[in-house]
Amino acid sequence: CHHPQLPGHPPSTVEHGFPSQPSALAYDPWLRVMAIGTKAGAVKLYGAPGVELTGLHKETATVTQLHFLTGQGWLLSLLDDNSLHLWEIYQKEGCSHLEETRSFGLPARPGSGAAPLITRVTVILPMAPGTVACLGTEGGAVYFLALPSLVLLEDKTLLQDEILQSVPDDYRCGKALGPVECIQEHPQDAGRLLIGYSRGLVVLWDQSTRTVQHLFLGNQLESLAWEHSGKNIASSHSDGGYMVWAVGGSGQRTQQPITATVPYGPFPCKAISKILWRTCESGNPFIIFSGGMPRASYGDRHCVSVLQGQRLATLDFTSRTSCGTNPAVPGLGFPLPSSLFYFLFFIQQGFENPRALVVLVEEELVVIDLQTPGWPTIPAPYLAPLHSSAITCSYHISNVPLKLWERIVSAGEQQSPRLSSAAWPINGGKNLAQEPTQRGLLLTGHEDGTVRFWDASGVSLKPLYKLGTANIFQTDCEHNDSLNQAGEEEWPPFRKVGCFDPYSDDPRLGIQKIALCKYTAKMVVAGTAGQVLVMELNDDKSEHTVSVATVDLLQDREGFTWKGHDRLAPRNGPITFTPGFQPSVLVQCVPPAAVTAITLHSEWNLVAFGTSHGFGLFDYHRRNPVLARCTLHPNDSLAMEGPLSRVKSLKKSLRQSFRRIRKSRVSGKKRLNAGSPSSKVGAEANAQLAEQAGPPEVEMTPVQRRIEPRSADDSLSGVVRCLYFADTFLRDATHHGPTMWAGTNSGSVFAYALEVPSQEKFSERAVEAVLGKEIQLMHRAPVVAIAVLDGRGNPLPEPYEVSRDLAKAPDMQGSHSMLISSEEQFKVFTLPKVSAKTKFKLTAHEGCRVRKVALVSLASTGTEERVENCLACLTNLGDIHIFTVPALRPQVHYSCIRKEDISGIASCVFTKHGQGFYLISPSEFERFSLSARNVTEPLCCLEVSRLQDTSCLRWVRPRAPHPPWKHPVVSILASSKGAQESPGCIWFISPRSSEEVERNMRNASEDEMRPAGILIK
Amino acid sequence: MNRPHRGAAGSRGLGTMEVKSKFGAEFRRFSLERSKPGKFEEFYGLLQHVHKIPNVDVLVGYTDIHGDLLPINNDDNYHKAVSTANPLLRIFIQRKEDADYSAFGTDTMTRKKNVLTNVLRPDNHKKKPHIVISMPQDFRPVSSIIDVDILPETHRRVRLYKYGTDKPLGFYIRDGSSVRVTPHGLEKVPGIFISRLVPGGLAQSTGLLAVNDEVLEVNGIEVSGKSLDQVTDMMIANSRNLIITVRPANQRNNVVRNSRNSGSSGQSTESSLPSSTPNILANFLQGEEESDEEDIIIEDSGEPQQIPKAAPTSLESLTQIDLLHEPTQNGFLPSSEVNLNHSACNISMEYEVQNPDHKSLEEDGTIITL
Repeated sequence: CHHPQLPGHPPSTVEHGFPSQPSALAYDPWLRVMAIGTKAGAVKLYGAPGVELTGLHKETATVTQLHFLTGQGWLLSLLDDNSLHLWEIYQKEGCSHLEETRSFGLPARPGSGAAPLITRVTVILPMAPGTVACLGTEGGAVYFLALPSLVLLEDKTLLQDEILQSVPDDYRCGKALGPVECIQEHPQDAGRLLIGYSRGLVVLWDQSTRTVQHLFLGNQLESLAWEHSGKNIASSHSDGGYMVWAVGGSGQRTQQPITATVPYGPFPCKAISKILWRTCESGNPFIIFSGGMPRASYGDRHCVSVLQGQRLATLDFTSRTSCGTNPAVPGLGFPLPSSLFYFLFFIQQGFENPRALVVLVEEELVVIDLQTPGWPTIPAPYLAPLHSSAITCSYHISNVPLKLWERIVSAGEQQSPRLSSAAWPINGGKNLAQEPTQRGLLLTGHEDGTVRFWDASGVSLKPLYKLGTANIFQTDCEHNDSLNQAGEEEWPPFRKVGCFDPYSDDPRLGIQKIALCKYTAKMVVAGTAGQVLVMELNDDKSEHTVSVATVDLLQDREGFTWKGHDRLAPRNGPITFTPGFQPSVLVQCVPPAAVTAITLHSEWNLVAFGTSHGFGLFDYHRRNPVLARCTLHPNDSLAMEGPLSRVKSLKKSLRQSFRRIRKSRVSGKKRLNAGSPSSKVGAEANAQLAEQAGPPEVEMTPVQRRIEPRSADDSLSGVVRCLYFADTFLRDATHHGPTMWAGTNSGSVFAYALEVPSQEKFSERAVEAVLGKEIQLMHRAPVVAIAVLDGRGNPLPEPYEVSRDLAKAPDMQGSHSMLISSEEQFKVFTLPKVSAKTKFKLTAHEGCRVRKVALVSLASTGTEERVENCLACLTNLGDIHIFTVPALRPQVHYSCIRKEDISGIASCVFTKHGQGFYLISPSEFERFSLSARNVTEPLCCLEVSRLQDTSCLRWVRPRAPHPPWKHPVVSILASSKGAQESPGCIWFISPRSSEEVERNMRNASEDEMRPAGILIK
Repeated sequence: MNRPHRGAAGSRGLGTMEVKSKFGAEFRRFSLERSKPGKFEEFYGLLQHVHKIPNVDVLVGYTDIHGDLLPINNDDNYHKAVSTANPLLRIFIQRKEDADYSAFGTDTMTRKKNVLTNVLRPDNHKKKPHIVISMPQDFRPVSSIIDVDILPETHRRVRLYKYGTDKPLGFYIRDGSSVRVTPHGLEKVPGIFISRLVPGGLAQSTGLLAVNDEVLEVNGIEVSGKSLDQVTDMMIANSRNLIITVRPANQRNNVVRNSRNSGSSGQSTESSLPSSTPNILANFLQGEEESDEEDIIIEDSGEPQQIPKAAPTSLESLTQIDLLHEPTQNGFLPSSEVNLNHSACNISMEYEVQNPDHKSLEEDGTIITL
């Protein structure tokens, strides 16, 4: 009667973080939203915080270009398979959604036969007012496409031959002009197009008369930009220079620009891949370009230069590396690329007067405030680069008290005073989601020894505070900031922007475990070299000496020599700490193996920690060790090896980085080949990728698996997997008291009775620990979690939870029981006499193993009072099972993470109220919810104003008068009357099936709610 | 007095081993080279020689470490007897014509105290008909075919008794495909197959499993639709009492069901299980629940100890169990504590399994609760 339901999916509610492998960017100045496309074919829209829409192309292909049809809620995407797709923002039940409505592929030109590259789209320009788009191609032809119907306007096609007819011989660059590199609309007269060809010829084409008005001939072309008045253009070139040209009347030819500059010359420079020119009421125009760095000295830097009059800033997006950049020895100083530019654009006020510059690089999004002197960056409220250093662990705290929250926020604000105070400019749309009912804090531990605090209460994951632990230790890389300091005299005037810096100074600094008491603001952070830091929150800065203690976990076991890394050497003397969490005690485990488990009891002032060798208990009030216990099996040699593989992996990662440099040099060109490996954002996308990227099925000898029970002397059997404090009955049924529990990889559980002096006597008396029980699980599977349930079967509350009136007092009358979760089964034992009460043998039944468990309380959707405690369990197959507690009856199970996604499964954390997070890429958390009540998902609304009623695309219906629309597109319309030639009737040709029409009719009735505008012609 | 030929009887050197041989009411003590025990025939001759019964046909038996009387009638069990004897090898000799076969077997020495007296005074006992092969109870079960009456003849359900033996389970599984009859006709479906048997392992020694046998169920749960890793995990999770249903690759050795007594034919060596009923699966799953895994809980006496001095380790506690469990031991402890720990574990587990109702130790102080 308790059959688990068929596997479904828990609602994956929202993705947090930075989209993996972004490849395209677009901005809609009217909707004030931006769109990011990824190599995996995902399209994500971002507006005001909380306004997020996501779509995924059916094809697993890289999104190479994105273009908004301004204000209309339509988005055009180009994939690297040369297909065009139209996305629509539509309203349903009051919320906006993103949906692909149609797609288009350029037909191969008849006769061109075996040259599919000819019709490969290189440039897209949606022309005002968004009814026609020009497509430039590899073959040099320009096609015109009616929007939003995506119908080719064949009579308007502009082939190269037609251009060549009016080009004199000395302007022909050899036989052909090369691919179309850039098309720009005349800023005042939409009927005229500036078309730039790769080999250097630029033509001003008048669409209405089909004539060439002006010819320019420069070097190999990269990009073009109009000056606002339409009197000048700027062109950027592959030699690292840019030129400014005067635009004259018809029939002119120019070979000499007004100015030609190679800004970082005179030595050979790399290409300027993109140039922008914006006038500014308050002074000189802005010229902004990417690239153009001197090839020999800074060819490996990824820079954007901002030039306004005499002011030049070279914004350097290159990540700093382990030993600091050493410009003297390029190539050996490891200036690894973190960044590849995909796009940059301005956010404008009106048509000109740039407000901010947005740069999307491979691993982060940077917004520069152009209106504040010094051009500071504007902190982003979302798209946080979670992976600025690799995430090594995560920890979630629900219901954070307001006081602690404010202290953390204030500590975070004091950390970054240099950032711009300008408001976030991308703020379109309305967030309709309910205000979060409670404050949730997500802590991520990173490889570089930092712990980052994120506001995980709502849809957008906001950075709050960053805690560094590296300054407590002596590391080799303290001269790291030389890069910034040397900046004054240097040419070019580099300025480091962005925070993506994945290369850790010292892998030993990596954070392995975090525990935080939200009532006392005490925190414990433990790392790869056996360091355990006890910290407390201090609102003021402080200078003090951290007291250091070592705990020998081998306990005189002989015959073991640690072959791994050394312990971290603590810095001597007082250290200055900024406001925030400041360490008071450092405990170092000997041997310095990575910490595998910690737990904190702030009421008893105790912290317990474990490694692969044993566990220890430390009294951080008196600052002395209470207990150390070795769990090492006498035959276990592997446990003494240390993380050698890690050293190897560091080398490997360096090697891969170099490979990536090489690759990026190849693929850094604007167009990627269709065959280049592509990947996916989003869990679903990742899955597609895994299938696609996998090697073709090869006949291989089948994999064999050995069937043998676990034995006591399996290697690493002594790894401490979990530690737990509880006030319960360990020795007899009448007296309860503090206890500590430890579980190991080999299925052993050790229980200690603790003698904790009362609060007043803390300083006088020492804590004592006495071994009370040892339990050896016969199946010897690793113990994943231990919890004690009170007389009513509820988990014991956290320390201080009861005394602060935030939880009901536990039932200390009835008999307690203990829930032990191993990798194979769950068991509930009675206490104090340990005998098995109930169990569920998950592995024996389902063939899956337990990876993560958590006791979660699920509230009913009806009343908040009805709360059930359940055991949530994530398995190695990526499924989530839910069991009742303490009866251990299976309730439901969902498939959640792909079973191949090992890092996703390893990264999963559950919240107390039935949500969870896991990494779907190094930079993104997927959030899911097991609780119907507690769901965090984006609900938002974007007010779009269509030039055509959507319904006419889908279904012809009598046009009703609509409210007049007024928005900036009007002005564009006004200024581009000449372009109104496109036949309006095209949209009434509905190529859709009757079935679809029916569906659309249904949609249409829903459409009544939409605030869609209509163009009446 | 017959003093032994080789070496001194009292010698407890590493190489030699004391033998105490009993025939009728007479004892003989001599020693053997443990590393070179020789052949059974030589040993048989030696026994005849030391007991001065050169032309009498006798049956030779010994008590193993569990106190069971087991036969010695070939080189293999002779070597086993020599290698497991600790510290001395006790030999019992019976005349073949008045041998009591029921004296041999599991628990014989502890179960029926009077057996020994029977052996010692054979003339008190009725003569039994000669049976040339040993009785089933002479052996500890290592495997059985079960549920023959409820399974199709093409399938075989095999139970492997991992406990009580140090042999590895000793097999590997792999992915493969098999042909099934489905509503859409014959279809190729993925399946799990036995890919390798380790020589000398439990699986091979039973002869009931073979390479390329398709695994259909593990402890009553169908494996279809499960991945190789899942099936591996299921088997390991059940490894102490593994019941696998296979479709043997060789279908010629299938058990042919007789019309009536299928129930009994279904139990070739099964002795401890209840006789098979149509509901046997539920039965054995339940049985497994009871016997399969009793976790060991060691309760400490609770004497406050100075911390961080190490508390008593499990090693020592287990040593105590070991002593309690083996009253026949004369207090000799091997030098290597590590090995003792292993064997002690094994012994205590096995002990529980064989005596699921054995409660005498439970309240017996602070050492162990079963």
